[in-house]
Amino acid sequence: MKAKYGLRFAALGYLAILLVAPVGFVFYKTFQHGIGAAWDSITTPEAVHAFWLTIELVAIAVPLNTIFGVVMALSLVRTKFRGRGFVNSLIDLPFAISPVVVGLALILVYGRKGWFGEWLINNGIQVIFSFPGMVLATIFVSLPFVVREVMPVLREVGTDQEQAAATLGANGWQTFWRITLPAIRWGVAYGVVLTTARALGEFGAVSVVSGHIRGQTETLTLHVEDRFQSFDLTGAYTAAVVLALLALITLLSMNLMKRRGDVA
Amino acid sequence: MSLQPSELTAGPLPSRPRAVPLPGGAALGRGVAMTYLSVIVLLPLAAVAAKSLEGGLGEFWDVVSGPQAVAALKLTLIMSLIVVAINAVTGTLIAWVLVRDDFRGKGAVNALIDLPFALPTIVAGLTLLALYGPKHPIGIDVSYTRVAVGMALLFVTLPFVVRAVQPVLMSLDREMEEAAASLGASSFQTFRRIILPNLTPALLSGVALAFARAIGEFGSIVLISGNIPFKTEVSSVFISGRIEGDDLSGASAVSVVLLLVTLVILGLLGGISRWRSRHES
Repeated sequence: MKAKYGLRFAALGYLAILLVAPVGFVFYKTFQHGIGAAWDSITTPEAVHAFWLTIELVAIAVPLNTIFGVVMALSLVRTKFRGRGFVNSLIDLPFAISPVVVGLALILVYGRKGWFGEWLINNGIQVIFSFPGMVLATIFVSLPFVVREVMPVLREVGTDQEQAAATLGANGWQTFWRITLPAIRWGVAYGVVLTTARALGEFGAVSVVSGHIRGQTETLTLHVEDRFQSFDLTGAYTAAVVLALLALITLLSMNLMKRRGDVA
Repeated sequence: MSLQPSELTAGPLPSRPRAVPLPGGAALGRGVAMTYLSVIVLLPLAAVAAKSLEGGLGEFWDVVSGPQAVAALKLTLIMSLIVVAINAVTGTLIAWVLVRDDFRGKGAVNALIDLPFALPTIVAGLTLLALYGPKHPIGIDVSYTRVAVGMALLFVTLPFVVRAVQPVLMSLDREMEEAAASLGASSFQTFRRIILPNLTPALLSGVALAFARAIGEFGSIVLISGNIPFKTEVSSVFISGRIEGDDLSGASAVSVVLLLVTLVILGLLGGISRWRSRHES
């Protein structure tokens, strides 16, 4: 009986020291001088710009990766083609690769001295240190989530209903919209939440390709670093709290969806 | 930051997919998806590999064996090993408490485990620095030390082992443990002889994932470690420094070393998951 409490105490203590106390402390520091001070530091033009830039990146990366994810999952689970195993393992790479390496890779392709650098310069297109590069970085790091969430669901629901629909004369699109998509909707939704959270919070890859131009290529995560380096702790803490709140919303929706998904 | 999907590694593919009516343009869709994957992921990574070998293997080796690069790689690998070893113990402990113990607020604690996946890494680093840094309210300052690097890595890798071990622990048959206990095994013996062997495959894949995550980590470390060469500079920070100094070949060479380690780990994970599917069936 004693051992049980000892284990519980150890586990909760570890979580408290590593997670709860630091995160809680930043919340406390943010609102220490009142909500007004926090509000002022998050409504500076730079902070507002960083917030909307982050939203724009999410709004581009998430739909693209969602469509890609569903199509890719369908291809991998429901069709057979050469190199399927290779493609399947390729999809995991963005999980495992250092974000800094992702940024470097993009510079080597689209940067001034990169593979397409000369062509891009001649055509007046700037990718690196500008918005398109940040979009590419965000897409890269958040690419696997929808695929990986939809694949197991597709395997589980099987093909009986789809075959029945086909027998009854539905064409491929009708089967997809009426049978397949409703069956995998919670998998897709869960994948979308994870993709969004990853895209919102990306730091390393975006940092390398952004060039850190304040008020121009600064996302919310980069803004946190910038404020910290400029000794504006309140600004850094407040932006961090906004991101932490978004993370908490993510956690809540993940938990809600898990429950809905189990019921459905 | 990384979030853990329910199926992190390439699981086994169905060996014989049945022919199913897919939307008319199934082949077209697949082609587009492949192109997307190649342009977004494959092409840039190929550029890193190509750049690292631009000056030949000799130059590659010179960069990688330079004292600062070696120090950064060594720190990264050793620190990651220490961190996953700690994770193996604490992760199993937390999973155990979440599955076998019962207390008020357990649901909230369970949800909290995913926080490091959801929280941006720069925020994770900032929160650790706020509490355990130079402006410490409690008299502990670990900033700019290797302990800080370790703490940041422990923070971001926390969920991997817990989430790998938890489902296995849940599905474990209690009868074996009861049998062992009734035959006079102490609870430690039961754990070591009965429970641990059953957990090992899951524990290993959790550890491998945490390791892969740890060697590439950047955002949570960059503020708290101080990035002191030969002391607290990890590989990803080293690479970032090379990029800022416009030494793209140097950055690429060290990146390729990290990529190779990553590929080995992904290979091991594939092996573990095949072993698991045999072990568990």
